[in-house]
Amino acid sequence: MLVALPILIPLIAACAGLAAAGSRPLRRAFALLGAGGLLVAAMVLFARVWTRGTQVLHVGGWPAPVGITLVADPLSALMVLTAAVLNAAVTVYALGDIDARRQRHGYFSFIHVMLGGVCGAFLTGDLFNLYVWFEVMLISSFVLMVLGGGRPQLEAGTKYVTLSLMSSALFLSGVGILSGIAHTLHMADLAGRLAVAAVERPWPATCAATLLMLAFGIKAAVFPLHFWLPDSYHVTPPAITAVFAALLTKTGVYALIRVFGLVLPPSPYLFGLLAAIAAATMLMGVLGAVAQIHVRRILNVHIVSQIGYMVMGVALLGAPDPATRRLAIAAALFYVVHNMVVKTNLLLVSGAIRAMTGTELLAGLGGLATRAPLTACIFLVSALSLAGLPPSSGFWAKLGIIQAGFEARAWLLTLTALGVGLLTLLSMLKIWNEVFWKPAPADGPVIALSPRRRMLLLSPAAALTVLSVLIGLYPAPLLKAARRAADGLLDRPAYMAAVGLDAGGTPRGEPAGETGP
Amino acid sequence: MLWMILIPLVAAPAAPWLVRRLGRHVGPLLALVPIGVGLALAIHLPMEPGTWRLEVLPWVPELGIHLAFRLDGLSITFGLLISGIGALVLTYAGGYMGDDPRLGRLCGLLLMFLAAMLGVVFSDDLFVLFVFWELTSIASWLLIGFKHEQAEARDSARMALLVTGAGGLALLAGLVLLTAAAAGSGIPLDRATRISALAGVGLSGHPLFTPSLVLIVVGAFSKSAQMPLHFWLPRAMTAPTPVSAYLHSATMVKAGVYLLARLNPVLGDSGLWHVLLTLTGAATMLVAAVMAAGQSDLKRILAYTTVSVLGTLTMLIGVGTDLAIKAAVVYLVAHACYKAALFMIAGSIEHATGTRDVRRLGGLGRAMPVTAASGLLAALSMAGAPPLFGFIGKELLLKAKLDLEYLGVVLALTAGLANVFLIAMALVVAVRPFLASRTVAAPDAHEAPPAMLAGPLVLAAAGLFVGLVPGVFDAALGSAMASAIGGRTIIMKLKLWHGLDPAALTALLISAVTLALGFAVFLRFRAGLSRLAGRFARLGRHGPARAYERLYGGLMDLAAAVTRATQNGSLRRYTRLVLLALVATCVYPLSRAVPLESVGPVEWGWHEAAVAILALVGAVTAVLSRSRLSAIAMVGITGILIAVLFALFSAPDLAITQIMVEALTVILLVLIFHRLPAFSHLRTTAARLGDAATAAAAGAVMSLMVLVAVAAPLPATVSAQMARLSVPQAKGRNVVNVILVDFRALDTLGETTVVAVAGLGVYALVKLSRRARGEGGKP
Repeated sequence: MLVALPILIPLIAACAGLAAAGSRPLRRAFALLGAGGLLVAAMVLFARVWTRGTQVLHVGGWPAPVGITLVADPLSALMVLTAAVLNAAVTVYALGDIDARRQRHGYFSFIHVMLGGVCGAFLTGDLFNLYVWFEVMLISSFVLMVLGGGRPQLEAGTKYVTLSLMSSALFLSGVGILSGIAHTLHMADLAGRLAVAAVERPWPATCAATLLMLAFGIKAAVFPLHFWLPDSYHVTPPAITAVFAALLTKTGVYALIRVFGLVLPPSPYLFGLLAAIAAATMLMGVLGAVAQIHVRRILNVHIVSQIGYMVMGVALLGAPDPATRRLAIAAALFYVVHNMVVKTNLLLVSGAIRAMTGTELLAGLGGLATRAPLTACIFLVSALSLAGLPPSSGFWAKLGIIQAGFEARAWLLTLTALGVGLLTLLSMLKIWNEVFWKPAPADGPVIALSPRRRMLLLSPAAALTVLSVLIGLYPAPLLKAARRAADGLLDRPAYMAAVGLDAGGTPRGEPAGETGP
Repeated sequence: MLWMILIPLVAAPAAPWLVRRLGRHVGPLLALVPIGVGLALAIHLPMEPGTWRLEVLPWVPELGIHLAFRLDGLSITFGLLISGIGALVLTYAGGYMGDDPRLGRLCGLLLMFLAAMLGVVFSDDLFVLFVFWELTSIASWLLIGFKHEQAEARDSARMALLVTGAGGLALLAGLVLLTAAAAGSGIPLDRATRISALAGVGLSGHPLFTPSLVLIVVGAFSKSAQMPLHFWLPRAMTAPTPVSAYLHSATMVKAGVYLLARLNPVLGDSGLWHVLLTLTGAATMLVAAVMAAGQSDLKRILAYTTVSVLGTLTMLIGVGTDLAIKAAVVYLVAHACYKAALFMIAGSIEHATGTRDVRRLGGLGRAMPVTAASGLLAALSMAGAPPLFGFIGKELLLKAKLDLEYLGVVLALTAGLANVFLIAMALVVAVRPFLASRTVAAPDAHEAPPAMLAGPLVLAAAGLFVGLVPGVFDAALGSAMASAIGGRTIIMKLKLWHGLDPAALTALLISAVTLALGFAVFLRFRAGLSRLAGRFARLGRHGPARAYERLYGGLMDLAAAVTRATQNGSLRRYTRLVLLALVATCVYPLSRAVPLESVGPVEWGWHEAAVAILALVGAVTAVLSRSRLSAIAMVGITGILIAVLFALFSAPDLAITQIMVEALTVILLVLIFHRLPAFSHLRTTAARLGDAATAAAAGAVMSLMVLVAVAAPLPATVSAQMARLSVPQAKGRNVVNVILVDFRALDTLGETTVVAVAGLGVYALVKLSRRARGEGGKP
């Protein structure tokens, strides 16, 4: 049951929030309860997985591969925990940021549904079920994007939903072909059967894999499939951008990692393609960011660049040495977690800046280093972390990726990753110089925040900054978690055994309910 | 040893608070922190050459990284310089800033830097060193941009961070490759990152060694302002003077030299190392010395001479003989003392007169006697005049050059020439403002307050003291430091007077000639200055600083162009790009996968054919439609017919999702479209044909995909299992039904959620937009 809680708690909280939409204290209480409950469930789940190994729930008691299996392996547990932590932070922030109209019309409920979808995507052990959770995420995020908005929001939403539906179509086609080849949708079963099928005929699976790569590539916003992101993320309130940045693209990255790491047979063609995509994504994303003049757009476009680093980890799965593959996936996972924390935090800070000044255009900003030193500190630490400078989490993330890249002898890709680090620094300096160091423009408005609102806006950012620095000062726990997650992902027989399948794909006995190995 | 780094780090955030409480006199109080560190280091004196103390704490065992700190002659000497000059600079800053409220921030940042710099020199682990290395870059950036209201300060700070940051990336890559080379040579992971474990192992045979060496050297050069990466340092002079004295002359810029010295035992057995360091160092030494003469700002003159000295030190490490290492040791310590003193004096002069332009300064000796006296001593040390420490350094330097088999005379002459300019500049900076005839500036110049006198005085006196009794230095530290750099025992016996052996006499002769020439250049300085300055300004237009500007500007243009070209806001183009990506990536795998031989005649049921044809008609009508509404309706029809197809092929759960999403899409599209202007036909025929081609290609790809899917080689066990389990266990005769509500109930839950959210979303959307229109409210 524990495995299903991260899905159920948000969905129940969403219903409760809708039922109590008319009452401000109640819906705020449910918002916090939902986020807090999810956090607790995620922590307990993570602890359980850490101590007792992969946790499995055969939904409805149906054995794999007949029914849908929820699988909390170290990777899933880590992702759920990270998502829950960030959701908690953004929820506190949203209490101070989201206007009453949106709250009344179910803002927190839609957030909770989205979280349910995200956790479902992380926990499911079934490829079609993953698609369903993606749809849940898509519809709730689309509603969040256009909720209470005007024409810019609708236009952005149209682009987002159109390209996302293309992703859904490609995903579905890929799933269709895979099930046509292997007649199963269960990831572990698929993994076993595809491995058998690929021995003689590798290319049909590669066709399907290409479609899945494109589908997840759109979700993850890799070049040249990322266009929806820079055009849509900046029109929403900052809290929504922050939660999107934290969860949506990263779910796409997770799907890439899960499917290429566990399910699909290795394909040199796709790993080569992914390497090229990773390099192009890093580079084009950061160039796009440098060109912006709007704080949040710089940060948003920059998400794309960072996705490139994570995809690089997936591309390095093409390395011949299994130790290098482990290193690469562990590095990518560390990067994902680090980036979720830091990027969300930067977006929260940008929201606080908007609340203090009423603008997000660089030209209209300035002087915040003296006016708001705490905000400046928080931004600075996160920005430097994003650029991979010590002593924050970003340094270890970058180090891991570079080590893995050199280890795999992917010289060009690794050098691109290094160079893009410098451009990242440049884009962060652009914000810093204009927003914090430059003197405030003479006619710039100064909006005083009430202490309570200030508290709601800045405390989550401060907490995430501390988290990033703590990871930087003591990276061992996260490194260990990332390594275990990578091991669990790449150890296919162990995963299959955990869900109750033999290496050949036949079920072992009649499983019932939750089991631990 | 960790506490020596932690205490200043903890004191740093306390500094602003202390300044608020206690005012400007907090400087000496904060100076107690580095003084404590210095005393703790002094306990280890005298250092036995070739020995060290190691302290290892676990940190990141997964990567083999430990908090390993090493105390030996090299790190103690640097530690003493950092803490000693740090204490003087903190004291000085209190006087320099006066009652400026930013004093607290300045002291805090200086303490943070102090901690980071101590970390750099104590670290025995390559990556720990790197962490502190980057921290010094960050501190330096914040300090250069300290007066951030000025655009120049912001730009200079950015330039410094980008150049040292790029160097940092090179260094990081080099370190990763070096550890990989070490691990590849059989050194266990735990020790592969440890400098003390890598020294003298001889990694130069490994293929990764050479790239790692080059990258590490580039990193060190960027930090120590070697040509052509030197240009950020003169620009860094926008920082407050205490910062320039501390970071940009005595300590941080020496971090690169430190790294080269520290890694000399690891990397020094390669010929490339010697060539790179010697040539770059020599070039930097000479060019920067000449460029110094083209400046008129006190601090910029000092900055260029600093670059020149850093070049000399790099060159000496590259030469790597016993004599050269001894020379580097003496030169480094002497320079740290006199240059920090000179910077503080420059700050005092600016403080007293309001200008740093040497052409406007003169006759300050009477008003500022103590500053003048310390300036004179420091300048003599810089010029290498006896009996100061700088003299011993220069003698050793010349002897080391003359001692060489190849290029010795050339290098010695280069050094001599550079020295001529350094002598002239020493006189320009520290003698001219005090002794030359009184000029326009400073009618009411006054002696600096005591807090600003302590630093220059102590440092100048130290230069004199060590010069007179050099034995104190070499016995306590010098030999140990030289041994640490050389990776072998090198015993130093420093003397002011070397007796009458020919090498010593030659060196003495060159020394005397350079002094005379330097004085001559100084005398002609006024005339030469403007001409030289003009010439160098022209040169500077083509220099590396210009390249940086070009690169920076070009990058901005490129970024803008790329963004304009790709992110143009047109959904049609985005869609087309996604489809093109689909076609481009799928063509190759499809060409390998499609089983052409197995494609036979297809059997159609009439209802299937009818649905398919209707769907096709819907799609084509939608494309050809001239009105938005009918196009949407037609798309909706196609979607629903596809849902019917799903249903026909026993996939009702898919069909339901499809219908729901389709319905929602239609509703939303209608909602959105009725706000948009009427359909306009902006596309040219060519664009339409292009779109049609894209669509056709994408459609073809998807059709071929279907062919791939139906050529299934594996038996369908799962559906058989489902059919078997349906009646006895799920108690249901309709297998599809059982799948929906039982086997795959979770999918159904998800799909129900999608539908519910869509409904709620539409409701909220309609309601909110109606209200917004009614109230005229903004989003």
